[in-house]
Amino acid sequence: MRIDCKHVWEYISAYIDGEVDAELRAHIDKHLETCEICSAVLDSTRNVVVLVADDRVFELPAGFSKRLHERIEDVIQSDSA
Amino acid sequence: MPTPPNPEFEAECIRRILAGEKQLFHELIGPCERSIYFLLLSLLGNETDAEDAAQETVIKVYQNLRLFRGESQFRTWVLSIARNEGLGRLRKVNARREDSLDAETDQVTGDYTPAILTSWREVPLEALERQELGEMLRAAIASLPAIYRNVVLLRDIEEMDVRETAQALGITEGAVKVRLHRARALLQRELAPKLKGFAPKRKRLLGWSS
Repeated sequence: MRIDCKHVWEYISAYIDGEVDAELRAHIDKHLETCEICSAVLDSTRNVVVLVADDRVFELPAGFSKRLHERIEDVIQSDSA
Repeated sequence: MPTPPNPEFEAECIRRILAGEKQLFHELIGPCERSIYFLLLSLLGNETDAEDAAQETVIKVYQNLRLFRGESQFRTWVLSIARNEGLGRLRKVNARREDSLDAETDQVTGDYTPAILTSWREVPLEALERQELGEMLRAAIASLPAIYRNVVLLRDIEEMDVRETAQALGITEGAVKVRLHRARALLQRELAPKLKGFAPKRKRLLGWSS
């Protein structure tokens, strides 16, 4: 089986997550060896996924947790009354 | 890094809370806080509403704790309550959104062709010290259609698995995978050309070149 670039793009997300079977992975790897476009698309997609997952990108608002636990405490107190 | 769920701790905690040790609820809900907030932020689109809805969600979790049957992970159950809270608010304001959050079909045609590049220099995590990079990433995620944004948020940002994400959003595992793939493709296309400027500069072989 020879696969083309479009075929590789379809599986990029599953490839990154390790969800393609061994046979397909081997075909994709072979394609990547010679296709600099697909290699760059894969690397950039993986880079984007890693960057957005960093805790510094999405931080809870300042004081969120404190306000939440104060609210919980109010409910627990009135529940116990 | 999101805290991994610990079912034994949760089950024990719930048992003791229901038996009267109510203070333990603070500990039980702690590891879910981030996911609740960011799921609601992705549904409601602004921080004030997301925080308000997050508080309501947590109160509902507390009040309905005895209904948790342990058939799913505790966080999944909590997030489905958060999702209902968020959707309820959207319906209340009768927000007609372009993209239906309940859409069951993923037949929508769209262009998910990635940005074509011939080489890629990795942007290291240290680059996140530059505020503009964080802003760029947040803006790209905010601009995704809501059904894709939710999935990216739970899978890539909160690092939930496919099954848990599907249960929390009330969609199939197949839909999670399709949406995640499309979301990542849209993010790559939007971000890759802009991110190039954040990659470390190649060292010059000749120190004196301009």
